[in-house]
Amino acid sequence: MSTPLLEAEGLIKAWGGVRAVDGVSFALAPGEMLALIGPNGAGKSTCFNMLNGQIRPDAGRVRLGGRDITGLPPRAVWRLGVGRTFQVTATFGSMSVRENVRAALLSHHRRLLGLWRPAARLHTAEAEALLDRVGMLAQADRPCAVLAYGDLKRLELAMALAHSPRLLLMDEPTAGMAPAERGALMQQTAAIAREAGIAVLFTEHDMDVVFGHADRVLVLERGRLIAAGAPEEVRADPRVRQVYLGGGRF
Amino acid sequence: MEALAVQALAGLASASSLFLVASGLTVIFGVSRIVNFAHGSLYMLGAYLAWTFVSHGPLAELGGFWGFWGGVLLAALCVGALGAALEMTVLRRIYHAPELFQLLATFALVLIVQDVALLLWGADDKFGPRAPLLRGAVEILGLRFPRYELFLIAVGPVVLGLLWLLFHRTRFGILLRAATQDREMVSALGVDQRLLFTAVFFLGAALAGLGGALQLPREAVTLHMDMAIIVEAFVVVVIGGLGSLPGAFLAALLIGELHAFGILVFPRITLVLVFLVMAVVLVLRPHGLLGAPPGAPPASEQAPPLPRPLPRGLRLATLGALAALLLAAPFLGDYPLILLADFAVFILFAASLHLIMGPGGMASFGHAAYFGAGAYAAGLLLRHLAAPMEMGLLLAPFAAGLVGLLFGWFCVRLSGVYAAMLTLAFAQIAWSVAFQWVEVTGGDNGLLGIWPSDWARGKLAFFYLSAALCGLGVWLLRRAIHAPFGLALRAQRDSALRAEAIGIDAFRIRWLAFAYAAAFAGLAGALFAFGKGSVFPTYLAIPRSVDALLMVLLGGVQTVSGPILGAIAYAGLQEQLARVTELWRLLLGLVILALVLFFPRGLAGALAQWGEKRA
Amino acid sequence: MLAVEGLHAHYGRAHILHGVSLTVAAGEVLCLLGRNGAGKSTTMKAIMGLVPPSAGTVRLEGGRLEGGRLEGRDLAGQPPHAIARAGLGYVPEERRIFTGLTVLENLEVGRRPARPGLAPWTPERLFALFPSLGGMRHRPAGRMSGGEQQMLTIARTLMGNPRLLLLDEPSEGLAPVVVERMAEAILALKAEGLSILLSEQNLAFAGAVGDRACILETGTPRQTLPMPALMRDAALRARYLSV
Repeated sequence: MSTPLLEAEGLIKAWGGVRAVDGVSFALAPGEMLALIGPNGAGKSTCFNMLNGQIRPDAGRVRLGGRDITGLPPRAVWRLGVGRTFQVTATFGSMSVRENVRAALLSHHRRLLGLWRPAARLHTAEAEALLDRVGMLAQADRPCAVLAYGDLKRLELAMALAHSPRLLLMDEPTAGMAPAERGALMQQTAAIAREAGIAVLFTEHDMDVVFGHADRVLVLERGRLIAAGAPEEVRADPRVRQVYLGGGRF
Repeated sequence: MEALAVQALAGLASASSLFLVASGLTVIFGVSRIVNFAHGSLYMLGAYLAWTFVSHGPLAELGGFWGFWGGVLLAALCVGALGAALEMTVLRRIYHAPELFQLLATFALVLIVQDVALLLWGADDKFGPRAPLLRGAVEILGLRFPRYELFLIAVGPVVLGLLWLLFHRTRFGILLRAATQDREMVSALGVDQRLLFTAVFFLGAALAGLGGALQLPREAVTLHMDMAIIVEAFVVVVIGGLGSLPGAFLAALLIGELHAFGILVFPRITLVLVFLVMAVVLVLRPHGLLGAPPGAPPASEQAPPLPRPLPRGLRLATLGALAALLLAAPFLGDYPLILLADFAVFILFAASLHLIMGPGGMASFGHAAYFGAGAYAAGLLLRHLAAPMEMGLLLAPFAAGLVGLLFGWFCVRLSGVYAAMLTLAFAQIAWSVAFQWVEVTGGDNGLLGIWPSDWARGKLAFFYLSAALCGLGVWLLRRAIHAPFGLALRAQRDSALRAEAIGIDAFRIRWLAFAYAAAFAGLAGALFAFGKGSVFPTYLAIPRSVDALLMVLLGGVQTVSGPILGAIAYAGLQEQLARVTELWRLLLGLVILALVLFFPRGLAGALAQWGEKRA
Repeated sequence: MLAVEGLHAHYGRAHILHGVSLTVAAGEVLCLLGRNGAGKSTTMKAIMGLVPPSAGTVRLEGGRLEGGRLEGRDLAGQPPHAIARAGLGYVPEERRIFTGLTVLENLEVGRRPARPGLAPWTPERLFALFPSLGGMRHRPAGRMSGGEQQMLTIARTLMGNPRLLLLDEPSEGLAPVVVERMAEAILALKAEGLSILLSEQNLAFAGAVGDRACILETGTPRQTLPMPALMRDAALRARYLSV
């Protein structure tokens, strides 16, 4: 493997004495699609939130392109090229779709402190190009509060792309979507990532999405990694079957 | 030594009364999420009703034990019933309204109760009898303690214990705790929410009424009891942590003792001590001593709608009216010109607060601090450095902005009610500096002779000056709202999580917005000072902060033109009502209540809706 | 058991349900299937009165509104608590457990008087159905895993002794092993004779527990058919459940 893009080393986080994440280490190569799976409460979200600075680890390091980013706030991690989508979508409900992306672009261009020029005249074409990339251009003028759930996820993706990230962190990108939509969103994400050479780390419960799109899979159980490898290896791993996949009916 | 022990005991006794009121406030807030400004009014009514029952009517004739204690209990029950009635008639209709709107409604109730109490009981103070069985004093370790104080000291822990049992050992209590988290789910499980809410208001109001009634042997019943206790009760609830009863108890002890000893130890800063302590607690523990961070807002709470410009016709009409006013000004007399200059000042004051509250999503209960900072900056410059008006008007925004930077650095870290209370605390601190630092500020006497430069001394010239500067200020504020800065401000309000995730430093944006708004409030304050020729501590007092709040809420928080309409409506209404009737508070309260119930989006929102329908 | 006729519902100005009609027979599991945004959750909420329906009727056999009104009376337009008391039990998709309350206290919130002819649910009976809950009676619900919380929401609703259960996506966000246990629990409830209206995205799960399927598309029921028939009909599935 060439120089890893993202390295987690011995991450530990305890909540009220219980270790939610207990010594997790892994690396992510540039352009790789890596899935993080595991039962509820295994520590996926905690692990995820430590990577982009939302939670400060009790111990361990996070490195991005060799640079130690442990303990940096999320906005600083974003500046370094990490885009993020959330399990429950987080967008600006009082704004139109275009304004949402515009806000991300204004931040990207470091123009947020402007008091004079109306924002409505700034970065419109750029915002529309991003919306076009995720197939949302037709909805640019709609208030974001009335969007369907899948479209909100796409909007989040567009906002994450505004800063030309090297890495996308997607927490349950397809939660709350119908199976067919899930596949479509992940295909779109994969295509964009491939085209721009972006690495993607995602958590997911839908095994079709995981085994259909991930280059590699990590399995977390009770805060520890119990398996890592190519999808087929992980699927065949007896331990993973026992704690997570079950009989494979669902 | 003896004096200290007696003082400590007196502190504990006040702590009990404070806890009774604060516990009612926190219980009501916990379940209904309504910050009940009228809670102090219920306390006052408890005291007045107890006085009436104890000294008039059948219970008074009965006399003795039941004559007093029966009166106290009956007063508490009556206040409880009143609380339940208020819930059923008014508050039930506004549960889905924004938090600050609910505050506005309960503030209207404060105004109404003020005048009703005045009508019923008159302006003179009422004195109650001593409590039967608890007259005189007992001797403990050679010290004499009043019996009634000892009784009151016991009341606090007993009520806390009873409430704990209620919340943890009864089905009603468990339902209340569940409803505190998710009312809708509780109702989907077959529980009638309405009954639950009415019961909670009964309980909370009865506690306030009991607290008031128990004051009867201790102090005179006056018309000022409501505001005095509500501010302290808020402080207690916030220091303890919203919704936490043990927290409220701890905080009540703290505040009670602080009052008792503050006067001995820090006589110079007694007035701010409480607020200083609250500020310190909130800076160290942003959710109070025992409070939990608030969970995600309920699903029913939706993002505010997109701000939309007023319909074109309306906008043209507004601009036309403004132009007509400017042209007609030379033909107006002195009095209307003074009034119009005041209006201009209020519009800028309200518009500056709106930047924080609307796009910023923060609440400020202490915006008068910056208004006053500007006024004092101009006044002090003139008084001590003989700086002319032009210099004062130029520097006042910077002075107020600096104060805003200082206070804002603390305030914008908190959210919701906590942030609002911290802004109030800082405003009170600023007020008491103005009030108690007599050598510099002149204290209560204020700074007099703060007149404009010669060219602006005429009423007409001063009106044009006010209109020009306030117009400029409002225009700059509006530009900021539509500029990238305003977009960032709305972004952090809509979703702090997403804002951080796209590199927006929410703290910095909020902080700068706070200071920017403070600067314009300062300009308004300086203009006001020159208009009146004087500066008083009342410029930074709570009523002025409340004025600004009401103007913004009346106009509509989520509309850009809201504060302008709100300022005109509120200032105009107050002015007109005060001229025609003694009972202006009652009428103003009723008008505000009507607006809250029938125009939940504020005046500008209602106008825009009307415009849309016609379009 | 449950008969819904021509249900319409709006969110603000958006018209979400366009005349949903369905029936659930006694002891039957009817699955509401459809794409995301098809109106499954809204149908549940509209039946429950959480989203007030703008038109339509909801009738529950044996359901009795308070005040001794006639059986079978229309529940549409009633407040949620009246509908719950009439015998509908709602299990929300987002779980919405009371995190500050213990497991037993959560169950207490759901408790309603027993219904004639039905064996009343008690915490002990529920712990037999969901054994993992029995070991954590006094644990604050906020400190349970997602799967345990999902069990608790169902148990809490059962404490109301419902005649019919509205289950909104119980498998959402759960690990495959937990989904297996959830399926077992639902089959056990069905064996007790409880009727269930289940909304689901996970077709395999729906196939394992459902008797019939009702397919929704843009707030309108398109087809209702026995579950095995749907599982055999790939064309139908592709038409309504995939892109």
